[in-house]
Amino acid sequence: MSACILVFVSTVLGCHYVVRLLPLWLAGHRDRSRPAMFSKGTKRKFSDGEDEMPDDGLAGAKVASSAYSLQRQSLLDMSLIKLQLCHMLVEPNLCRSVLIANTVRQIQEEMTHDGSWQVVSDSLGVEGSPSERLVATEVLCRSPSPSSTLSEQELERDTEPRLYSLVSYDDSSCREEEVVAEVIEDDNEALCSEAASNVCLSGTMSHCWEPGELRVQQNNDDICEDSRLGSGDEDVDVEEEDEDEEEEQEMSQKESKTMGQVFGTFEIKNGSSGSESALEELFSDVDASYYDLDTMLTGMQSTPKIGPYDLLDNLGPSHGPTSIGSTANCRSDLNELDHIMEIIVGS
Amino acid sequence: MMSVTGAIGRRVGAVLDLAALNTHQSADIISTVEFNYSGDLLATGDKGGRVVIFQREQESKNRPLSRGEYNVYSTFQSHEPEFDYLKSLEIEEKINKIRWLPQQNAAHFLLSTNDKTIKLWKISERDKRAEGYNLKDEDGRLRDPFRITSLRVPVLMPMDLMVEASPRRIFANAHTYHINSISVNSDHETYLSADDLRINLWHLEITDRSFNIVDIKPANMEELTEVITAAECHPHQCNVFVYSSSKGTIRLCDMRAAALCDRHSKFFEEPEDPSSRSFFSEIISSISDVKFSHSGRYMMTRDYLSVKVWDLNMENRPVETYQVHEYLRSKLCSLYENDCIFDKFECCWNGSDSAIMTGSYNNFFRMFDRNTRRDITLEASRENSKPRAILKPRKVCTGGKRKKDEISVDSLDFNKKILHTAWHPKENVIAVAATNNLYIFQDKIN
Repeated sequence: MSACILVFVSTVLGCHYVVRLLPLWLAGHRDRSRPAMFSKGTKRKFSDGEDEMPDDGLAGAKVASSAYSLQRQSLLDMSLIKLQLCHMLVEPNLCRSVLIANTVRQIQEEMTHDGSWQVVSDSLGVEGSPSERLVATEVLCRSPSPSSTLSEQELERDTEPRLYSLVSYDDSSCREEEVVAEVIEDDNEALCSEAASNVCLSGTMSHCWEPGELRVQQNNDDICEDSRLGSGDEDVDVEEEDEDEEEEQEMSQKESKTMGQVFGTFEIKNGSSGSESALEELFSDVDASYYDLDTMLTGMQSTPKIGPYDLLDNLGPSHGPTSIGSTANCRSDLNELDHIMEIIVGS
Repeated sequence: MMSVTGAIGRRVGAVLDLAALNTHQSADIISTVEFNYSGDLLATGDKGGRVVIFQREQESKNRPLSRGEYNVYSTFQSHEPEFDYLKSLEIEEKINKIRWLPQQNAAHFLLSTNDKTIKLWKISERDKRAEGYNLKDEDGRLRDPFRITSLRVPVLMPMDLMVEASPRRIFANAHTYHINSISVNSDHETYLSADDLRINLWHLEITDRSFNIVDIKPANMEELTEVITAAECHPHQCNVFVYSSSKGTIRLCDMRAAALCDRHSKFFEEPEDPSSRSFFSEIISSISDVKFSHSGRYMMTRDYLSVKVWDLNMENRPVETYQVHEYLRSKLCSLYENDCIFDKFECCWNGSDSAIMTGSYNNFFRMFDRNTRRDITLEASRENSKPRAILKPRKVCTGGKRKKDEISVDSLDFNKKILHTAWHPKENVIAVAATNNLYIFQDKIN
């Protein structure tokens, strides 16, 4: 299934995708030391006097530069589609997801250094309230320090950006999904520990113990008991120990939501306090991550949310006038894709 | 040609034994191949959760040509598909790895694992049957006790050989993520199992608990950038094991240093060549397999384009690097698009550690002689190999004029990939899994 969808999508993106790699002149590129980012045939040449390039060379450089940007863009688009399709699979391959996510991060990093990320984020914030715009910016360029505030983060553009979210960014739904998914994990662990083999899943308690302590996974009643109340994931234990950092962690949670969603099937971090455990257990059989996916795919979203194809729309033609016409075609194709996804997901 | 690999390359193909049925169903796709310690048994696992074991025919004076043919010995269903109700996800029954235990008595033991559960199987033979029971007839019906007037001692009579496989241990519920490796320790009492983020140490007799010895799961899953891709125990030192990562690094750990081996004893990584850096550099550096040499002095790693041999005493770079299919470097973007770049190839040593073998696309597999530094590319296909025929070396043409018998890079079939290969521990016999076919090649007898 995934194979044929990818082919379909790549055709859609075919307007951006250039197989032949051209030699590059990147005029105005700040960082000379970084080598070419594509495979061989794209050795970047820098002249030392890049500021004093002749006029005819400048035009050629701009064409090559936009070609490189287009290639990079299409690679980014492809990677994001792959990450989204991960959610469709029975159980996504974690290694593959991690590698693709790292690639996306790498591209984003380079685009930020290039300054082309500025263009992307500006075009994103057109719709919706100013607060949503801020959120979107955060998503794109997240400060690594969890303690910085919103405005600070917006300013710290030169820091390493995080994977940005293609999924809708409604705060409440994200929160709920977090809670629910975390409960799923806990219940899974709880059930497993009650299984015949009586094993507490993996290193659940690991971070509570000192490093040198032997980690024996057995039915350790006093410890597992706490975990079974619904806040037993080791991250939650850490969370409880650092109660005061919870607020900042909340913000960092929102910012990098897609990472959580990419790995969301596996374990969701940072849950709520133990008092809400009863409520969480009620919803334990509900996996909201799929609902989010549904709304994203079918395009039924409230206005402030940024749909995935809106993003693609904005990203694609940001580099030049060439692809505006093709965007409309892509749009209709993407609507078709929507429809197909609906059928497959069975919403 | 070369000495060791020439033995395989030039004179090989004496026996082409297609033991697996070619039914073109995905459940028959072979997912692992492994010789046992003596090489007499060859186990294969497939996507449908089945294990098929082949046994080598004994040499007999009457039929000298059939020396060493592998025939089906036993077939059993190792794992069944399961459903995780909480996550609403299916747990695949595909056998990810099989590892034999050293033989200690007449029975054979092996470990087989899918994504979540490891099972210890006992394969035993039965060639005698007791006849003359007192309480039941020959067909099994109970005899009327009043009819029994005398007692007799049952006699063991020969019967057709029956091979039985029974699960002796089930090691479950210890892995949240997908198990990618299992490795039996040299103490023959313990073994390790590795998933994407954790490695557990088990005792073969104890199924209800395991020790977690490596955990690289970050507190915040969003910070996850590296996963464990393979792990193996040292062949002689029962306290040493290695694990490889998706970032192209290998960590060697000593279990005597600490109960928790998150801190490595040795860290192997080759510095990146800045001139060949691209967006795909990390993906192609991800190690798909790691294998210790039989001597225990070296280890071999397979990344997407190359095989590297490391000296355990030198951490900063490998001692040998072999390019498997360098012609793919310019196609990385297409391979990323069709997901082939994520294929996990395995590699193996020969018995004397003088040669290594790994698979490629188009049903090609490659062998490298470490002494003479020569290599050969062979193809595992029905059309090109007849029984007892010699395999012809293949060549991929990378550009320019294509010579006769060469194949161009663009004509390669990327759906035909050889991910799993195995080399007999003592002789020049190799097993190559090509999708749902198993090929066994041997040295020709002179």
